[in-house]
Amino acid sequence: MPSKKALEGLKVADFTWNIVGPLATKYLAEHGATVIKIESQDRPCVTRTSPPYADNTPGINRSGWFTEWNTNKYSITLNLKHPRAMEIIRKLIGWADIVGENFAPGVFTRLGLGYELFRQIKPDIIMFSASMQGQTGPHSPHPGFGMQLSALSGFTELTGWPDRGPVEFYGPYTDFIGARFLAVAVLAAVDYRRRTGKGQYLDLSQYECAVQYLSPLLLDCSINGHVQTRLGNQSIHYSPHGVYRCQGEDRWCAIAVTDAKWPDFCRLINGKELINDPRFATLLMRIKNREELDKRVESWTMNMSAETVMSMLQKEGIAAGVVQNGEDVHNDPQFAHREHFTLLNHAEMGKHTNSRVAFRLSKTPGYLDRPAPCLGQDNEYVFTSILGYSTEEFVELLAEGVLE
Amino acid sequence: MSRTGSESMLSPFRVLDLTDHKGLLCGKILGDMGAEVIKVEPPGGDSARCIGPFYKEHPDPEKSLFWFAFNTNKKGITLDITRADGCEIFKRLVADADFVLESFDPGYLKGLGLGYEELRLINRRIILVSITGFGQSGPYRDFNVTDIIAMALGGHMYMTGDPDRPPVRCTFGQAYLNASVEAAIGALVAHYHRELTGDGQHVDVSIQESVAGITLDQQVWWDLNRINVKRAGAFRIRPDNNVRHRFIWPCKDGYLVFVMIGGNWGAKSLGALTKWMDEENMATDLLKTMDWEKFDWGKLLQDEVDAVMAPIGYFFMSHTKAELFEGAIKRRITLYPVSNARDILDSVQLKARDFWIKMEHPELNDSLIYPGAFVKATETPLTLRCRAPLIGEHNSQIYSSRLGLSDQDIRILKENRII
Repeated sequence: MPSKKALEGLKVADFTWNIVGPLATKYLAEHGATVIKIESQDRPCVTRTSPPYADNTPGINRSGWFTEWNTNKYSITLNLKHPRAMEIIRKLIGWADIVGENFAPGVFTRLGLGYELFRQIKPDIIMFSASMQGQTGPHSPHPGFGMQLSALSGFTELTGWPDRGPVEFYGPYTDFIGARFLAVAVLAAVDYRRRTGKGQYLDLSQYECAVQYLSPLLLDCSINGHVQTRLGNQSIHYSPHGVYRCQGEDRWCAIAVTDAKWPDFCRLINGKELINDPRFATLLMRIKNREELDKRVESWTMNMSAETVMSMLQKEGIAAGVVQNGEDVHNDPQFAHREHFTLLNHAEMGKHTNSRVAFRLSKTPGYLDRPAPCLGQDNEYVFTSILGYSTEEFVELLAEGVLE
Repeated sequence: MSRTGSESMLSPFRVLDLTDHKGLLCGKILGDMGAEVIKVEPPGGDSARCIGPFYKEHPDPEKSLFWFAFNTNKKGITLDITRADGCEIFKRLVADADFVLESFDPGYLKGLGLGYEELRLINRRIILVSITGFGQSGPYRDFNVTDIIAMALGGHMYMTGDPDRPPVRCTFGQAYLNASVEAAIGALVAHYHRELTGDGQHVDVSIQESVAGITLDQQVWWDLNRINVKRAGAFRIRPDNNVRHRFIWPCKDGYLVFVMIGGNWGAKSLGALTKWMDEENMATDLLKTMDWEKFDWGKLLQDEVDAVMAPIGYFFMSHTKAELFEGAIKRRITLYPVSNARDILDSVQLKARDFWIKMEHPELNDSLIYPGAFVKATETPLTLRCRAPLIGEHNSQIYSSRLGLSDQDIRILKENRII
């Protein structure tokens, strides 16, 4: 039986959509916060229309994307343009500790909503707005998504091979960076309010979060005039270092050998001639002759499975890891040990899997105990049990089209 | 011991930061939000001080830009916790601390008598945050980790790179940074609970899982459709028929990203781009007559996609990154340059937001420009209060003033390399 969760009692009115906002509130929901996701029938959360779908059948309650970032949450639908919408929003803000949105800057305020209004309803409300480049500044309104911001933030330039153009560092990377910083900021603001009674407004720019990761390179440029670019899988700290082809289709093992472990590595790969080869005798030589060294290593790995290479090397204290695809990740024994993937039974999708966060609290761990909600599935529960409407009043709201 | 404090989000709290390069960013984040963070290094300095780049390209443990970047807002002491005196001093510091951050191998601290159970007896409030490659237990518990290993086992590498080349990582390692922010979240979730109950706990962070957390949809494609998402380099590739279209494009002086999506997502953008191209006589009839609302590259064959891409490619090649970005902003085209460090430093948006903070480095007789706050908070603005510490910079403040060690004792500890 799972123990009590750390954030039980924390209440979030969640206007977020897509990835950055929902992923931030996922951290909260996973640890027991009550997160009410405010969607509308007209404009369901955009990730609901992203493949992959259960059984390859599209549907707004069948998207794997949506489920990954929305487990444990409640979904209500609210027509934000309905005359009675404001009455409901007032109740939601009155109930909530935290309210958040991540629309393009200006969208929320054009709906008549925002921190100025919310703090009149609830003076100590904590509100966050997450956006690509912040609520202010000349580029604030410029539309875009994480895959593009990732390029603006410098990650694309740093990924790929020196003899070619850059490649995508897979995914809308800056969404994930922003979501994590956002979760941190929200939790810290909650503590500040606990101590002082004061809420506040958090303006999070995913761009400003993302460039934190590249600080050393920014300093390098401003001080030394050096502009770092992509170097494939090169390293100056390990040699050999890279990914090496193994047996099978598109199977690779990453290997990183420290200077101290070089003799052990040679012994393991039966490289009698390797340990005596002057081209590879020292770290400097190995780095200088890295292309030949990589070929030599690959002549060993290509006859073995990636799993065998990894376990042989790790047993000897040498860092190695299979380059895992989706199937590998699903079958990963360490993920299984950590119960990283949770099997959930979704109302429409049936049995499927979602991921947990990357940390475990020893006394009050987070769990995924409820599948991601179907659109508006919790209308009745939220409106009657949380917002205090009677069943008759709830039916009236439905009839008036407020919950669309 | 609970303190009150209203200067910043985490002002009353004290952090002992034992992390190496795998976890430095965690302590910096807590420090950015006002906590007092004491970086505890081995005598002589942490090994992360050897990581470049370096100030004026001079490798030196007091000039590592990596160290500077991820240790702002921290004080610094030197302490050998493996020695009896060092261990005892550490325990005294724990008695008065709220968080301990570490990234040693699983079991290492326990072996020194400093595991969570021992720390809890000293201070039941203590929250111990441990960052390791794979977690405190399990079949990979004792595996060695580096950035490339974590990116591989976490699943991200498989999906990154050109299809005709090996999988590739980001040249500047990302795994530890993601784990460090994840650790900060875990610390604050535990903190919320601790302030209600008075009890701390152990937060077990996995770098491998932190990487899995940035893989977007790798696991759900396998889980739901038994498809392995494959790397596609600078393209989007349809898994059913291998039709591909560019989304990273070369231009006159570099590269840019522009996704050719029609319909709701991108019709306006494509329309605006066509108009711009037409103004410069570079739009083909195909583009000018295209119904972008209905455009769905998923329904086209390769030669049809190529016919759309070719003129766009020529147009991009005739302009610089700066020209294209400026035009994109004016015309609301979702186009972004592939930026490098210079472009980021020159960003008008970041300047307009007062993002950069100048920090004095008296020891270098210089002041350096750092990224500023990761969030703009109206009541408790984040700021950089101090630059990264020099080796043992706050030994005197902590050992002498705070712990009351005598000058003689400090000298003995120093000469025996315990501090």
